[in-house]
Parts: sequence; structure tokens; C-alpha cells
Amino acid sequence: MQAKFINFLFEIREGLAISFGAIRANKMRSTLTTLGVIIGIVSVTLMGTAIEGISRAFNENISRIGTDVLYIQKHAWFDNDAWWKMRNRKDIAMKEFYAIERNSTYATLICPTVFTAKNVKFQNNTAQNIIVIGSNEFYPEISGTEIQYGRDFTSDEVLGGRPVTIIGFEVADKIFHNQNPLGQLMSIGGFTFRVVGVFKEQGKFLGLASLDNRLLVPIQSFFPRWGSKRGINISVKMKSMENLEETKEELRGILRKSRNVPPTKEDDFAINQQDLFIKAFSSVGFVVGGIGLFITALSLFVGAIGIMNIMFVSVKERTREIGIRKSIGAKRRTILFQFLIESATLSLLGGLIGIAISFPLSLLINQFLPTSMPISIVIVAIILSIIVGIISGIIPALRASRLDPVEALRYE
Amino acid sequence: MLVIDIQQLSKRYSMGDQTVNALEEVSLKINKNEYVAIMGPSGSGKSTLMNVIGCLDTPTSGLYNFNNVNVSQMNDNQLAEIRNRQIGFVFQTFNLLARSNALHNVELPLIYAGKNKSERIELAKNALRQVNLENRMLHKPNELSGGQRQRVAIARALVTNPSIILADEPTGNLDTKTGEEIMMLFEELHKKGNTIILVTHEEYIAEHANRIIRLRDGKIEQDEKVEKRILYNN
Repeated sequence: MQAKFINFLFEIREGLAISFGAIRANKMRSTLTTLGVIIGIVSVTLMGTAIEGISRAFNENISRIGTDVLYIQKHAWFDNDAWWKMRNRKDIAMKEFYAIERNSTYATLICPTVFTAKNVKFQNNTAQNIIVIGSNEFYPEISGTEIQYGRDFTSDEVLGGRPVTIIGFEVADKIFHNQNPLGQLMSIGGFTFRVVGVFKEQGKFLGLASLDNRLLVPIQSFFPRWGSKRGINISVKMKSMENLEETKEELRGILRKSRNVPPTKEDDFAINQQDLFIKAFSSVGFVVGGIGLFITALSLFVGAIGIMNIMFVSVKERTREIGIRKSIGAKRRTILFQFLIESATLSLLGGLIGIAISFPLSLLINQFLPTSMPISIVIVAIILSIIVGIISGIIPALRASRLDPVEALRYE
Repeated sequence: MLVIDIQQLSKRYSMGDQTVNALEEVSLKINKNEYVAIMGPSGSGKSTLMNVIGCLDTPTSGLYNFNNVNVSQMNDNQLAEIRNRQIGFVFQTFNLLARSNALHNVELPLIYAGKNKSERIELAKNALRQVNLENRMLHKPNELSGGQRQRVAIARALVTNPSIILADEPTGNLDTKTGEEIMMLFEELHKKGNTIILVTHEEYIAEHANRIIRLRDGKIEQDEKVEKRILYNN
């Protein structure tokens, strides 16, 4: 048994040597043959890289918001067909925030948010279109944004509408350069605010929109300056996920009452949840994966046919060689493995070329998504190309192994 | 000692709706260390007989005992093993692997026999030494002359120390002088105790053997022991 196994290893080594010889002898033909496999492997590795990037972006950006936060907004997040209906809804107002604050038993933290975009200025440095968020002292915790320097607002500053601000990393960088922003007075849309904190650098959301290009002010200082008629959003952090349904029901009740929704009418507001986003998000992953899988399968199929074709040619060309090998004692199995190894090597060559091509392309993806080609996808690509090679080699190899030695030796 | 024992062996092919009797009821015994020439015009069945003796082909009927083992009913793999261990082929067209050097060509039967690397190299070098090609062993076939190629093929046939060496027109592609050199080599191998079966249609090549079997129309026409008419005094 052991001797047979060792014998088998010799045959595999011999098979590898023969395949390298054969491929080297037909470089051009071999490379062209593997084109389908190359495209397939490029597609599978890029798809894998993109999916990896999407999920990493997801983990870096979205998951820190926390699954236990509900968002009360005029619009539902993923309900496109009724969007025009939601347009005419009443804005969410501070009244609702107070109602929740007063009545909710399931909420631990509640914060109202309101947005606008303003130009900011410090000394001679200006930055355009900075997102100004009006909220309360719970905003950093609920949004998962850490304060790196300085401090959060106090509740007195929020209630009293003090002109204080916590600025994003990019804002600090743009207008304060190397100076320490803490305690400095800066202009936001023409009004003077004192910087009390700087947010930690957040990076880009899904690699696109910067999260550092914004600043936070107390909501009571926002309204008098930029209008109290603006609609707000309310973020509610739950006590625990176990009470999700109860929390939602309670919030619905409070909101309907506060907004005077008659019992016969539908809600004129939406309670959004992060998992809606997760669902939409994973469907993006599915689409990318689906398209990638389709292209991969198609090109690997074409690649397999190409390899099968060239293996038939190779078997035909080497009929005499097969006869010689058989006459000096090669068994059917030996010939079978020889050609299987050859087709697997050929396909693997395509796979390696594919990886070599997609690696620089993955660096391009890296410009949009925080990713690099995962080693697991490289391993998958290698295994996949070997499997394609073996499958497409089976029929030609079987044909070779069954050649009659007498006929094969006579072949010219 | 009996190496080959063939009894009433027939081989039939069907060509379209016709049946060709390539061999008809052939009986033949060959002992160890015999030097036999099989002769006959083309179409006489000598190639078929050689293929059957060489276990490349199986008979339609009859019995073929090789070293007292019945090989007439063996399957492909068993026949491959017999060819690998017991039979050394030498062909008219040399049949070397073009991309491999002489050493690797000679090593090949040992790879299929499952010998380890160091043993293979040693045996292959030894076989090449016997055919005086030790200094050319890293050359590929296209870098060798016809005679040298045939000597590589003979070394390949020898390397597994087979029971018989089966040579099919070994001088057919060589000039007379080189052919003579190859025949001298067979002579030497015969003296060392090898059993040699030579298939040829050239009278002067057959004269090297000490038994000539003549085939005609798939039957043995004549089987005679002959005095060696060609002797080398080296």
C-alpha cells in the first residue's frame, strides 16, 4: 500500500514535469487557452474584494451606530413607493421630542437632531458647506462619535442655547491648521461660537462622504440662528433590544397622541431602525455577488471549454508519446493523471495570471472601499482554477488513457 | 528455462465486414538466453506476433504463458506491469521522448516501476554505461546521432533487467555501418545472458540470431536453429 502511494507520488512529480515541459513548449497557445480562466479569476477575485470592502465599510461605518437606536423621522428609509406621500407629512417637531422625553419608559437616551450647511471661518481661514448639526449632549454617544479633544456639551449649555460647538476632525484641520482649536472663537454662518471639543477622525462613510466635515451645536442655539420651523429627527436609544417591539409601540403611541393622528389614519411618521439599513446594504452585497458570480461562472465555463479543446489537441499531438509511455509500462491511471495534471497546471497558470491582473485592480477598488484583496479569496481563486482544470481535463485525459498502445505507437 | 510458451494462438481483426486472420494457431516456445529472429514479408503477421509477445496486444484465442504466467487474459493494467518489468522494447524509430534527455528517457520505466530517485539514477547510468553513452546522457534525442538514439533506446530496454528484449527492425532507420554496431551491441547483451527477440525482414540482420522463425500468412512456415554465420571477434 505504502509502495503504491510512493509510486503515485513519483507519477505526480513526473506528470508535473511533463506539464511544465508541454506548457513551456507551447507558451503562446497555453496563455491564449487560459484567457477564459484569467477573466473568470479576475472577476471572482475582484468580486470577493468588493464584497469584502462593502462589509468592512459596513463594519467601520454603520455598525458603530448601534442596533439599539431607533430613528423617528418623517420618511421611512426604504419605502420608496410612498415617498411622495411622506413629503406632505407634518415635520417632526421639538414638541414630539419633549413628549417622548416625558412619557417614554423604554428609552434611555433621546436626542433631537436638525441639520443645515454653513460656511465656517476662523481668522482668515474659511471652509465651505460644513454640515451644522443641532442636537443635545447625548448626540456623541447615540451616533457613536467619540470626542477626542475637549469635552461634550453640558445640559445647561444645551438648554440655555449657549454658543458652543464641537467640531469635526476635518473642520479643525481646515480652519485651525496647527493651532489648538479648544477655547477659540470661530464663526459659523456669521455667528460666533466657542470650540469646546473636537471629534475623533471618522473617515469616509462607505468611502464616499466624509464624516469629519461637520460640527455640532446645542439645538437651542441652532433654532434662534437658523430657524425654529425646521423639521427634526429624533434618535432614541433603547434600554435593551429585547424590548424592541414594546419600545416601538410605546413610541408610536406617544407620537400619534402628540401629532393628533386620528385612530382611523395611518402613522404620519416613521420609526426607522438600523437593521433596515443592514437589509438594504446586504442586498447591495447580493447584487454585486450575483453579478460577479454570473460573470465568473460564464467565463470559467468558457475557460473550461477552451482548456478541454486544447487538451484534446494535446492528446492528439502526443498520441505517439502516449504509445511510448504505455509500451514501457505506464498504466491507464498514469496517463490519466499525467493529462489531468497538465490541464490543472494550465488552468492554474490562468488563475495565477488572473490574480496578477486583479491585484492592481483591487488597489483601484481600495480608492472607494476600505479593502485589500483578502488572502482567502486568493486561495479560493487558486482552488477554483485547479478544479476547472481538472474538470475540463477529464474527458481528454480519459481518451488518452484508453488509447490502444499498438495504435498509438503507429500514429504519425 | 522456458520464457515464452505460446500454444495455438490466433489473432483476428475485423476490417469492415471482413475478418483478417493475422495469426492462425501459432505455437512457439522460447527459452531463456535464446537469440531469435522472427522474419517474414509484410503482411505475414510478424508485427502482430511481436505485439502479442510484447503484451501490447492480446490474442483472440489460444494460450500465452510468459514466465509460466498466463497473460492471454490479463487486463490493461496487468499487461502494463508485465511490459514494465519483464519486457524491454527497441523500436525501428527509436521512440524516445523528444523533450527529455537520454538519462531521463532511460529512467522512465523505473519511474513507472516506483523506484526512488537515487536508485533510478544509478540504474539508468549503469544501463547507459553498457551502451557506451555515459558521456552523452544529458543530451536530448535531437542532439544525438541515429545510432546513439538507438543505443539510448536499448539502454531504456535494459534498465529494468527484463526477461526479454524485443527489438522491432532495430536497424531499419540506420545506415549499414551503424546498424552493424547496434547488432554488435545485441550480440554482447546476448552473451551477458539476455534473451533477445528480433523482428526483421532483412536476411543479413536475421543471420545474427541463432534461431530463425519464418512467418507467412499468419502461420509459422519454418522454425530452425542456425549456426551463427556472423561472428565478431572482439
